[in-house]
Amino acid sequence: MGVHPRALDYAESFPNHVIPDESELTCGTKIEPGKSYGFFTDTTLCIGCKACEVACKEWNGLPADHLGLTGNSYDNTGDLGANTWRHVAFVEKIGSGGDRAQEMKPFQSNWLMMSDVCKHCANAPCLEACPTGSIFRTEFDTVVVQQDICNGCGYCVPACPFGVVELSLEDGKAHKCTLCYDRLKGGLEPACAKACPTDSIQFGEINELFERAGKRVEDLHEKGATDAYLYGAPDTPGATGGLKHLNAFFLLTDRPEVYNLPVAPTRASDRVRPSFLTGLAAMAGLTLAAAALMSSGRERGR
Amino acid sequence: MPSLGATYGRGAATLAQWDLANSDFILVMGSNMAENHPIAFRFVMHAKEKGATVVHADPRFTRTSALADIHAPLRAGTDIAFLGGIIRYILENDLWFKEYAMEYTNIATIISPDYQGPDELDGVFSGWDEDSKSYVLDSWQYEGMKVPSSLAEHHATTTESFDETSKSTSEGPPPQDRTLQHPNCVYQIMKRHYARYTPEMVERVTGCRADTFLKVCEAMTRNSGRDRTGAICYAVGWTHHSTGVQMIRGAGIIQALLGNVGRPGGGVLALRGHTSIQGSTDIPTLYDMLPGYLQQPHAYRKHKDFDQYLETEQTPTGWWHNFPKYAVSLLKAWYGDHAAKSNGFGYEWLPKIVGDHSQLPMTMAMRDGVIRGMFFLGQNPAIGGSNSKLVQAGLAKLDWMVVRDCADTETASFWKDGHLVRDGDMRPEDIGTEVFLMPGSLAGEKDGTFTNTHRLLQWHDKVVDGPGESQSELWFIYHLGLRLKDLYAGSEKERDKPMLNLTWTYPEMGPDRDPSAEAVLKEINGYTWADRKQLTGISDIKDDGSTACGCWIYSGVFPQDDHNQSRSRRADGPEGPGTHLGWGFAWPENRRTLCNRASADPEGKPWSEKKRLIWWDEENESWTGHDSVDFPKDKAPGFDPDWSSHPTGMDALDGRSPYIMIADGKAALFAPSGMKDGPLPAHYEPLESPVHNAVYPRQSNPVAKRWEEPDNQLAKPGDPRFPYAFTTYRLTEHHSGGTPTRSVPVTAELQPEGFAEIPTELARELGIGNTDWIVISTLRGEIETRALVTDRMQPFRLAEGRVVHQVGMPWHFGWKGYATGDVANVLTSVVGDPNTSMHENKALVCNVRPGRLTRGAPTRGDG
Amino acid sequence: MKRIRSRSLSDRIGSFVRDWSVPRQIAGQSSATKAAESSLSRGLRPRLEEADTVGTNICPYCAVGCSQLMYAKNGRVIHVEGDPRSPINQGTLCPKGAATLGLMTMPDRLDKVLYRAPHSDQWEEKPMDWAMDRIAHLTKRTRDETFVHKLPDGTIVNHTLGVGSLGGATLDNEENYLIKKLFSGGLGMVWIENQARV
Repeated sequence: MGVHPRALDYAESFPNHVIPDESELTCGTKIEPGKSYGFFTDTTLCIGCKACEVACKEWNGLPADHLGLTGNSYDNTGDLGANTWRHVAFVEKIGSGGDRAQEMKPFQSNWLMMSDVCKHCANAPCLEACPTGSIFRTEFDTVVVQQDICNGCGYCVPACPFGVVELSLEDGKAHKCTLCYDRLKGGLEPACAKACPTDSIQFGEINELFERAGKRVEDLHEKGATDAYLYGAPDTPGATGGLKHLNAFFLLTDRPEVYNLPVAPTRASDRVRPSFLTGLAAMAGLTLAAAALMSSGRERGR
Repeated sequence: MPSLGATYGRGAATLAQWDLANSDFILVMGSNMAENHPIAFRFVMHAKEKGATVVHADPRFTRTSALADIHAPLRAGTDIAFLGGIIRYILENDLWFKEYAMEYTNIATIISPDYQGPDELDGVFSGWDEDSKSYVLDSWQYEGMKVPSSLAEHHATTTESFDETSKSTSEGPPPQDRTLQHPNCVYQIMKRHYARYTPEMVERVTGCRADTFLKVCEAMTRNSGRDRTGAICYAVGWTHHSTGVQMIRGAGIIQALLGNVGRPGGGVLALRGHTSIQGSTDIPTLYDMLPGYLQQPHAYRKHKDFDQYLETEQTPTGWWHNFPKYAVSLLKAWYGDHAAKSNGFGYEWLPKIVGDHSQLPMTMAMRDGVIRGMFFLGQNPAIGGSNSKLVQAGLAKLDWMVVRDCADTETASFWKDGHLVRDGDMRPEDIGTEVFLMPGSLAGEKDGTFTNTHRLLQWHDKVVDGPGESQSELWFIYHLGLRLKDLYAGSEKERDKPMLNLTWTYPEMGPDRDPSAEAVLKEINGYTWADRKQLTGISDIKDDGSTACGCWIYSGVFPQDDHNQSRSRRADGPEGPGTHLGWGFAWPENRRTLCNRASADPEGKPWSEKKRLIWWDEENESWTGHDSVDFPKDKAPGFDPDWSSHPTGMDALDGRSPYIMIADGKAALFAPSGMKDGPLPAHYEPLESPVHNAVYPRQSNPVAKRWEEPDNQLAKPGDPRFPYAFTTYRLTEHHSGGTPTRSVPVTAELQPEGFAEIPTELARELGIGNTDWIVISTLRGEIETRALVTDRMQPFRLAEGRVVHQVGMPWHFGWKGYATGDVANVLTSVVGDPNTSMHENKALVCNVRPGRLTRGAPTRGDG
Repeated sequence: MKRIRSRSLSDRIGSFVRDWSVPRQIAGQSSATKAAESSLSRGLRPRLEEADTVGTNICPYCAVGCSQLMYAKNGRVIHVEGDPRSPINQGTLCPKGAATLGLMTMPDRLDKVLYRAPHSDQWEEKPMDWAMDRIAHLTKRTRDETFVHKLPDGTIVNHTLGVGSLGGATLDNEENYLIKKLFSGGLGMVWIENQARV
């Protein structure tokens, strides 16, 4: 197991600058605008450590927002939200009332753990629902809410089939995972994927990830984990209801609903229909007023 | 870690964590590796990708179990029964790696005819003295020969002077029967000793089904031999027992039998819990050792003066024959020009210990008023100490105490909102302890080295200042030393000489007069006294006073004035050998795998191409390979000592002796010395157990340390008032006593509250719902917490259909910070392993009832 | 780390009109392109680039020994993350290691000397120099009162059983070395222990 050969170019104890294209060292991917990037979350490698949750909050300056024992296995985070952009779900399947499982399928089994995140859908319902253009598709093919435009109308919230987007109680605007937009611009792997101890969260160019994931499923099947499948890759569960694919997709070993994922997510355009040009003038007026109110409210709040 | 020391010669992990990626089999036992060492577990996952089998043997189904191929559940404290079962399986089925074990272990060695095992003596070994509750270990010796221990911690109890008779190791090789037929050769003794550890017995004792157990044995033995290696990873799940050292010995024996030690992907990895806990053993802030595993002088041993001390501690054969060089150079580093041959290099100024001064008796000594002043330097015993109420009672007896930490701790504030006050036993005005709480700097706010779990010293830079008045411990201790030197200046008293003569000159930097950590590391590395030239390594250390060296095993870390190897950041790339010799410094001499001579066969050739590490280069007559060689570089595989010359030191070891720190160079399957509780691991129940010992008539470790007093009582075996087994552990989201995570919002919210895990069946029986409040009690106290009802905990079916439920509780919680909860260690007791004085917080008994405590009311209920 | 700065109302309206992507989209640019990019997005860079000092740290939690890159600006740490050069963690970190910035900047981080007088029910702040002098004085007093030079049988022991020290497994080797040197080699303390008794 060697480190990336380029690591030796920065062997000073005080490098005193960001390592250029650090993502090459951490995940073998050089990040370039114009290409599509995403996450492949392989649950069979997840140890449920929640490093992704912490790395995300530390990088994005998100506050702790929940201090209570849920009793739901080791999940005290609950769900994704305005201040929680990574959430590790825990599902216990050890067997009850008698013998517990002792010999197990290779890799993760019997206690399922999955780090959930915004799916950065190929044709994102939240983006389609956003009347202000606040939600946009970046040069990395990721979906980002721009809070300096967002007016807090909340149309994106029901539009998301995964329940990812949430309006913040603090500023009233929509917030969610940005796939570390700022880091991508600086050649850095997203914080969660970089931190992940066992590479359960893999960041990379999306087509490479699809290919890698496909091979992983085959490999797992050969090793006896025959229930492994992809969720959100093209032509797999999760990429349904008009969603071409998810830029953050998953390898699962049980039904989607076990992980609290929709069995067949659908695009919101059938459910919510604002989109741009719909009530344009009214929206613009509302938006200006809301932006002004929210911003001044924020100032007063300091 | 005396167990690995007694078995392999050095008390430390034998392999680097990254080397696990080369393993074909990994047993994680006594460790919840994925949770407590997630980044180390990364290499387990790499091994798995390559096809390795991973087994987790543990009382609980944890995040480690979820990633394993087999989870072997066993009742807490029964690990020796399980490991003994594996040893029996290996021997009975003749699955040991013969070419390795015949040459590199003492399997063929003949033991004294006086030796008898616990199967013959009702559960004790020969040499047992009921009055002193200790063993005389003459009968454990090699026939006609006394073998000195390679452990500083160990004192042999023998009927005759040990240091004299042990010279016999210079007279000839240990007596052997290479046909293994001699009834008292180690092989035959082990076969007899482990005969009763059948799969059925394993099931009756541990609760692990025999078929599951056999699958573990099968996977383990399948992955040993020339082409395959396996590793065992353990942590405090083994050490925190009254038989903890012998559990690790069990692992040591298995790995030596299977020929895994010293080879790529093989060995025993101790996973340690604090960032520099290995370093704090190497340079011990421990009572019984001086830096580099030298014995702290003892008033009741033959340590009267320096000559006697050296004579006692210097082993005639093996590497420890160099002992005087290291002792002299340490004294030179401490007392400088005042240390001369004429005054025994100032040996007399070193304090002599008079008994066990470890944390458990320290707790008692505080409570009894013997200790009047205490320094707590980054440790929080109100949370982490066994029998927390007793600990807090001890704090209240002190005249003064200094707590240095990055935040207020439960220990620092015990007088304000601790148990004494909360339970109504004392008011703050009744507590006379003078308390100083001082802000400590964290890594990144100071520079220096940490030694990680695989002996790797890594320098960390000072990047920023600590907040406010925070200072490093280096600053604190240096400036305290300067003040004390001032206070003692001019004293003519004999007793003040050590303080006056102590060398205490370090370059200062910056407005706060920070002492230079590099200068201290240079002293640790060692230099020539006359011209202050850095020593290049261990071989430069002298016994004539010409060199000063603060810790001989670290020599080589700072080999030149401008070369700090611990700060080297040059790891191997993808094409490199993967031993990363350019990243940091591993003691000794940058060796990444200990005893790596064993990676080659007796002739010096790699066992196989796949498992190459070092080998004998015929042409250059030298050992070479991918690692720094842990063997004399030019000692040929075929070398045999010339016994007619009474060889000493390394000259007495042949070219097939990879375990150079052991007096005969062979791994000690049978440990003739070094262990206080037996030469072979034997199963005893924890001091508190819900059941009687099914293996021997002796219930518990006869040598275990007990301090049974009214505030530290133990339940009798099978006490119906405390029917459940109880264990404590850590969570991935928190760290130890909790200060560094419970006070940090992003980690606090992940496990925001204390809880205890109870099996579904027990919850149903007691009418407890998930997240309900429960009260857990032991004879030491009771606490309230929330129940996490889960199938991950399971009932154990033991002998005679007996079902034992087990309750588990993380011990991180306390009343400070954002994530709070009752202190699990209120329940635990002050008891200890005989070798280490380590507590037994992993296995005790308790009762559970639904409901809450009434605070301030007198203790009620069963406890 | 607030990413949104306060601006005047006219500024906000101005930038909103400028940033609002709908007009650009009407003009034929796709919402999936840079057309929708706001000024905030345009100026976005990882804050690591603002660091004036980047040093190597070793994670302060467990003993795995993960390496971290620590980024500081104007003498304050702005971020800590995994060091991709390390053969141990290769850039990764566990949840504790990932919280190192949070540890260093935690709200209840102690930054002053607190003192509790005997029988008092409260902490009080004290100057560092005063505390150091007082601790040195108490150490000497207790040592001198409890020091044993010789046992009755004449064995020189040169020790005190009156002062103890606990801790060290979280500290640097250099710190442990000076602790052992001063406490044992200088003062003659024998109650010296840490978390490493395993």
